Formats: sequence, C-alpha cells, structure tokens
Amino acid sequence: MTTTVSNLESEGLPDPTGHPDEMDRGKVEGKSPTRLAIERFRKDRLSMVSFIIVALYILGGILAPFLVKFGLLDPTSYHQDLLNEFTLPEGPLGGISWKHPLGVEPGTGRDVMSRVWLGTTLSLTIALIASLLAMAIGTVLGIIAGFTGGLTDGVIGRLIDLTLSFPSTLMLLALSAPMYALLTKNFHVPEGDLAWATYVVVFLAIFGWPPIARLIRGQVLSIREREFVHAATLFGASRFRMYFKEILPNLWAPLLVSFTLLLPAYISAEAALSYLGVSIKPPTPTLGNVLRDSLNYAEFDFVYFFSPAFAIALIVVCFNLLGDGLRDALDPKSNR
Amino acid sequence: MLAYVIRRIFVGVAMLLAMSLVTFTLFFASPVDPAQYACGKNCSPVQREQARKALGYPSRGEGVWESNIKGPAEMWGTFAKGIVKGRQFPADEELRKAAPENVVDCAAPCFGYSTYSIRTVNEMVGEALPVTFSIALAAVILWIFFGVLIGVLAAVTKGSFLDRGIVGTSLFLYAFPSFFIGTFLLTYISIKWSLYPLPSYTSIADGGVGTWASNLLLPAVTLAMLYMAGYVRMTRAFVLESQAEDYVRTARAKGLATRKVLFKHALRAALTPLVTMAGLDFASVLGGAIITESIFNFNGLGKLAVSANTNYDLPVLIGIVLIAGAFVITANIIVDILYAFIDPRVRVG
Repeated sequence: MTTTVSNLESEGLPDPTGHPDEMDRGKVEGKSPTRLAIERFRKDRLSMVSFIIVALYILGGILAPFLVKFGLLDPTSYHQDLLNEFTLPEGPLGGISWKHPLGVEPGTGRDVMSRVWLGTTLSLTIALIASLLAMAIGTVLGIIAGFTGGLTDGVIGRLIDLTLSFPSTLMLLALSAPMYALLTKNFHVPEGDLAWATYVVVFLAIFGWPPIARLIRGQVLSIREREFVHAATLFGASRFRMYFKEILPNLWAPLLVSFTLLLPAYISAEAALSYLGVSIKPPTPTLGNVLRDSLNYAEFDFVYFFSPAFAIALIVVCFNLLGDGLRDALDPKSNR
Repeated sequence: MLAYVIRRIFVGVAMLLAMSLVTFTLFFASPVDPAQYACGKNCSPVQREQARKALGYPSRGEGVWESNIKGPAEMWGTFAKGIVKGRQFPADEELRKAAPENVVDCAAPCFGYSTYSIRTVNEMVGEALPVTFSIALAAVILWIFFGVLIGVLAAVTKGSFLDRGIVGTSLFLYAFPSFFIGTFLLTYISIKWSLYPLPSYTSIADGGVGTWASNLLLPAVTLAMLYMAGYVRMTRAFVLESQAEDYVRTARAKGLATRKVLFKHALRAALTPLVTMAGLDFASVLGGAIITESIFNFNGLGKLAVSANTNYDLPVLIGIVLIAGAFVITANIIVDILYAFIDPRVRVG
C-alpha cells in the first residue's frame, strides 16, 4: 500500500491521501517531489535537531575568524597568571571563568574555547573541501563509467578496486613526508599550514572517491535508459551536455545524501591524521591537534581533554543523523 | 568453478603488481632523498652514496637524487626481483668476496633492508605482525559479538526508547575519535581509577592464553568501538528486513519460539553479509591498527609504521604498505570465492 502512494508521489502527482486543510475545494494543488521531501524531513524531529546543530556549527565556523579579528576569541595569547605552580589551571574544572568558559590550557594558559572554536572552523573547512573534491572526482568518473559502459567502465571499475585496496590511513601517514616535499618544492605551495592542509585535502579525496563513483555509476545505469536521455541522444547532444546537463541534475538527491555522510567521515579522518602529526600543526588549532595536545593532560584536566573530543563527536553524530534523515526524506521507499 | 578461482587469483596478483607500482611511483616521485634520511643529519655526499648503495637504490652520481619516472620503475624492478629471488644488502659482489660478514642476505620473499635499524624488513614485520594480529583478532571477536547482539536487541525492540538509545549510543561512541577513547581507557580506567591493569603485550608463549587475552582487552575495546556502530546498524537493518520475509512468517506460524525464529531464521540470512564485512574489516585492521597501537604502546605494524615515518625509513614503510595491501586483496579474493561457492550466479558475472 505504501509503495503505491510513494510511487505517485515520486511522479509528482497529487497526494492521494490528501491534506484537506491545505486544499481549496475544486482546486487540487500538486506538490513537487522536492516539496514533499522537505515536508517529510520537517516532520522528523531528530533530523531537524541535527540540522539545527549542524547549521549552528557552520555559522560558528564562519564567524570564528571575524571574532578572532575583533579580539573576542583569542586562541594564541598566553595567560601564565592563570596557572598554578604545576602549570595547571587555577580553580576548579580546568579554570573555568566568565572570561574563559571552557577554562585555559595547562602549560600555556591559552583559552580553550577559542582554540576549539577556531579549530572547528579549520577542521570543517578541510573536511568540506576534501569531500567536495572526492564528490567531484567520484561523480565525474561514476557518470562516465555508467554512461559509456564497455571498456571505459571496466577500466574505471579496476581503478576503483585498486584505490580501495590501498590502506588509506597508512598511505596518508607514509606519504606525508615525500608529498609535503613535492607540494612545497615542485608545486610551490607555501610551507606550513597551507601545504599541510593541501596535502590532507588532496589525499583524503584521492583515497575517498571510489564509493561515490560506485554509487553514481549504479544510478546512471538506470537513468541512462530513461526517455529524456534517448531523446537527447536523438537530438545529437554532445557527450559533455549528456553528462552534465542531462544526467547530473538527476543525481542531486544521492549526491546530497552521500555528501552529508562523507563530510563527518572526513572530520574524523582529519582528527586521526592530526593525532599522527600529518595535518595542520600547532599553534594553528584544528579540532584534531587541540585534542592531541590535550592528551598529555588527560588525567589532570578533564574539561580540556573532553571539550575538543565532544566538539568532534557532536558534529559527526549530527551530520550522520542529518544524512540518514535526508535519505529517508528523499527516498521514502528505502527503509533502513 | 576452477576457472573462476583461477581468474580471480590472476586479477588479484595483477592488482598487487599495480598497487606496488603505484606505491613506488608515489614514494619516489618526490624530491625527498631517502638516502639522506637513512644516513642521518650530518651526512657527507660519500656517506650518502654508501647509504644509497646499502639500500639498493640506483646511483646517479655522488650526492645526486633524481626523482623521475625511470627511477621508480627501476627500483620497483629490483624490489620485485627481491620478492621472487631474494636480495643482498649491499648488492656488491666485490664486498661479498672481500668481507662476506658485511653483506646481509635477505632470502625470498625479501621486502627490503632498513639501514636505520640495521635489520631486514622481513624480520621487523615478522616481529610486529603477531601483535597486530592479536589485537585485530580480539577486536573482531568483540565487535561482532556485541555488534550483532546489540543490533538484534535494537531490532526486536524497534521504535522503543531502548532501540533509540542503543542506536544513538553506538553512533556517539563511533563519533568520538578513537585516540580519545583509547587515552580515556588508558589514563582513567587503568591509571587513575586502577580498575584494570595497565596493558602491555605478552605473547602466548610468554604468559599463556589468559595473560595474553587480558592484556588485549583495552586496545581491543578501543578498536572495536570504531567498527561496532556499523555492525549494530547493519544487524538491525538485516533482522528487520528478514522479519518481513515469508519464511520467517512461516516459522512463526508453525509455532516456533520467538527466540528460535530470531536466531535460527531471521539472523541466519543476515550472517553471510555480516561475516563478509567482518572479514574485510579484519584484513584492513591487520595492516596495522595505527592509532590504537600507538596509544597503548603495542609494537605492532601500525606502531612500526609510525616510527618508520618519523625516521623516514622508506624500505619499512613500503614493506608495510604492500603487506597491508596484500591482506586486503587476499581477503577480497577469499570472500569472492566463498561467495561463488554459495551463489552460483556470481561465477558467470
């Protein structure tokens, strides 16, 4: 029963179950699939909560550099006066005060909230660019493989298998020295934070695109047989037009879902790489390297140890829930 | 069937060759001279040349390091030959005649020689592998057992508070970085609250099975957290899906106990994909549980890779990367062949 309803919905026909209060008598209003999806999404309370938290993170992430500029956040200045003789923060819970809501860092006295907040900006930016890059590579190769078929499909399929057989964390660790040198010496990326960020973004994407390509290829295989594609072929549409004007617009739903699931994976990956010392280095804060710095004080300053970890966990959970919610809303037939 | 197995193995070997070639290209296309690292900070061009010779890298004149396409291909050739026939470090016939004690023999399959540790890569990997294998084994047992159990529990209580709580908690545990969980277990459970003794790897030969297993618990828990959430969600989805199947309804209709229906019928169908996934995950952990091993200071492959990276000990890094890749590729072949046994349709495709 439910399947027939959702089939009608996906064809853009009026909802047969109907919402009487929204319909004028005699005038039946059609709802687009997108609008139906948004309505379904709005009804899902968990997804809405995660959506709001994700939005707050993004807003906070955008604001942080400006707050630093206006002196409201200060991730770098030392406050030795707030530390006791063991260089641990004075006062309870890691030195929490109005001026330092998450306390100060042991050893240096830097403001923990500023470091976590600005770290969020950088971690989100890295994860965002890396996932956009992985999506771009995966989408283009997936469309080409699915649409062309034959030998091209085979070659891209083997490339996917090959990439997946690399141990990615190990590769990212081991390649850091030679590739950092390659980036700075041969590609003239300025040394330091920018070169490390470039390294992480590029290599996360290089090892991360295969699942996207597989997913998109599968979708394209079915889109390929639709009437509008045949029509476009008859009109003599160029390959480029075929890929990006005819097929790509039909892929936005799976792309959006996989994007919201890839991004949190990259936030975690960036943190893990920071722990291994192959991402942006302190004193520039990322969530990963703030947490790494805090590990030395794990036993003595729980607030400092827990804050960056919680910041990572919360955004990762919310992005995952958001992705699940979007999938349910966009594809009502899927039932996890 | 035999044709399929042979074809699958052939593809696997080709994949391994391609992977090693790509690895060599990536490592040697950079302007970093591995010989520079191998002989330390204050290194004269002559010493560097010796280091290069000891590592078996081709020389292009004293102190010159060229990264080009020909270099990686040449080194890959030497490496491949070493895998098949074995190598000597340094590969120098005259030195071998004059002072055979200065030449290290590395029998096939030879993965290289670390001038930094003055040992062959095979020896180092051979020491590290049992540690990694133990952690991976303990972790896979934990995450399958608890993942499936909790997943079934969530499926049975679908929609209830318990179900939501279980799925939410497992997602949250997965979302915390594993180096946070590991450090928490180590500093709070082991050190601060002394709830569990500080783990340090003890082999079965040294301390018996009990000591071996009890030392593995905390690292295994850390590692299992990372994977468990996926298994909880997957088990839950599979069980829910199969509960709608006809054969489960039949089993229920003929009056079987709920527990029997659940474990003998509903879960049975979910077990194949779960075991497949566990096999592949196990293989990827075998390549080194880098973070877990670093935190608990277990000298496995992951820790070896981290220290090799710090010293830029290239032969060790390449060796570990290729061994880890070989594990993944082998696991894939095994899984595919098992699938072909179970499902004849696979063989044709």
